Amino acid sequence: MDQRNRYTLDFEKPLIELENKIQELMGLTEKEGIDVKEEIKHLEMRLKNLEQKIFLNLTPWQRVQLARHPARPKTLTLIDLIFDEWLELHGDRLFSDDQAIVTGLGKMNEHRVVWMGHQKGESIKENLSRNFGMAHPEGYRKAKRLMNLAEKCSLPVVSFIDTPGAYPGIEAEQRGQAEAIAANLEKMSQLKVPIIVIIIGEGGSGGALGIGVGDKLLMLENAVYSVISPEGCAAILWDDQNKIEEAASALKLTANDLLKLDIIDGIIPEPQGGAQRDVGKTANNIKKAILRELEALRTMPVEELILRRKIGYRQMGKTRGEENG
Amino acid sequence: MGWLEKTYNRIKKVKKKIDVPDGLWTKCANCSEIVYNKTLDENLRVCPKCNYHFYIGACYRIDITLDKDSFFQYNSTFNSSNPLNFPEYEEKLKKAEKSTNLDEAALIGEGKIGGREVAITVTDFGFMGGSMGLVVGERIATVVDKALEKHLPLIIISGSGGGARMQEGVLSLMQMAKVSASLAEFKTKGGLYISVLTHPTMGGAMASFASRGDIIIAEPGALLGFAGPRVIKQTIKQQIPKGFQRSESLLKHGMIDLVVDRNNIRSTLIKILDFLKK
Ligand SMILES: [Zn+2]
Repeated sequence: MDQRNRYTLDFEKPLIELENKIQELMGLTEKEGIDVKEEIKHLEMRLKNLEQKIFLNLTPWQRVQLARHPARPKTLTLIDLIFDEWLELHGDRLFSDDQAIVTGLGKMNEHRVVWMGHQKGESIKENLSRNFGMAHPEGYRKAKRLMNLAEKCSLPVVSFIDTPGAYPGIEAEQRGQAEAIAANLEKMSQLKVPIIVIIIGEGGSGGALGIGVGDKLLMLENAVYSVISPEGCAAILWDDQNKIEEAASALKLTANDLLKLDIIDGIIPEPQGGAQRDVGKTANNIKKAILRELEALRTMPVEELILRRKIGYRQMGKTRGEENG
Repeated sequence: MGWLEKTYNRIKKVKKKIDVPDGLWTKCANCSEIVYNKTLDENLRVCPKCNYHFYIGACYRIDITLDKDSFFQYNSTFNSSNPLNFPEYEEKLKKAEKSTNLDEAALIGEGKIGGREVAITVTDFGFMGGSMGLVVGERIATVVDKALEKHLPLIIISGSGGGARMQEGVLSLMQMAKVSASLAEFKTKGGLYISVLTHPTMGGAMASFASRGDIIIAEPGALLGFAGPRVIKQTIKQQIPKGFQRSESLLKHGMIDLVVDRNNIRSTLIKILDFLKK
């Protein structure tokens, strides 16, 4: 199904208009036998040019919108396409089974892995049960349980990041949201197996980082990763919702920006127009990237793995600070 | 003049500034009682009537926590910069430096408490809300690594409003991972970490080092948590219960070990260090 018809972003509107016009003309040719082939050809050229113009020059704010696109492939959709075989596992053994973070086991080619990820819903109803991918402490604690299992069975971890943030609610606070995230940061920094982290949509601050510390950090081309939403940033700094675009640019939240800052290790390409335009191709690109990183990390001795992980985070941004020692 | 003396002069200067505000009296922000400044200072800036704990800066905190003249500040290899070229950041840093007399939101070093050597960090809410950018993250990681190397107990006294330094973007988020990596190594190898929480300690500070002490002590009435009350209120569209996210509530929910008045924090630390000495 063409998901574009279900949801159009503002900057996609000129494209949709052109597409509709082409459809209309094609209908004319079929029904009334009027020959408008030349006209159609002309419009198709224009559409292609316009697509290139828009999608090759996406602004940070436009990428934020793509990263939040309702039709963007979610963790479980990708899991199903990436793994030959997989099994979801549930619950933190302490309080409940948070639907906003999913975890399980998977197999691709000869590799067996433990996977985890934030899960947004495909519908309003599912989004309510998934809490829009915003986890409670039990989500992070379920993920930690699976990390322990991965370590015990010497399986690498693949983590899919897609959340607006950890849930800001009364019960989440009372059950120790901060502690749940902090405990995972410690756990992941010392985990004796490789961890590959892929930001597939929204990387929302501490809620993303709570399952996002690893040896390799990759981002889908239109994914974003930020310490605060552009809306939140504009509100706090300028008290002005007209400055959201400016905030999105200033935060350096795109994959390109973060690669330049040496925060991420690589960018996974998306089909033109965004991952939602060709989910199969997107999944395939992710799979290739995971296989490549698994191959690279599988032979590394545990001590070296952990040391490199620590040094990796320690070095981040240092070239940009003023060294005076 | 030696570097230690330099540090000390600075601390004294700052303390003096705090001790002698414009007037002789201060109005309590909580109970509105007019308190004689000398009384307030003798009580470590705690309201004698309602026990409200006033904000105090990092240098003063070091002074009331450690043994007299025992603090040795670690040299910083790293200065604040503007890694993302974020608008208006430099101005904010300069303003914070001027108002706090600090060069960043964290003071690190080692000292003695009850004669026992410790590694210590204090984050200062007065410096851009005590937020953690590259420099603060590097300092905390440094002090943790130093504690590991020298086999010292680690004390982190936190005062951090939002945790992350928004102007440093994801780089500031990565400081949580960085500090946690050092902390996890320190704790795994047997290091003792005591976390002291002061008003407010939220967000990235709480979601990395502050909530993970082997022992956690909080000053009374401190706001402690992950999400700020304003954000929660916006999300749930309900009133927030009284006392929510305050020290006493965290104690009730099992998130911290003790709520201790500022006047007793030093003696409590000495007691714990003695109980847990190796
Ligand atoms: Zn009072």
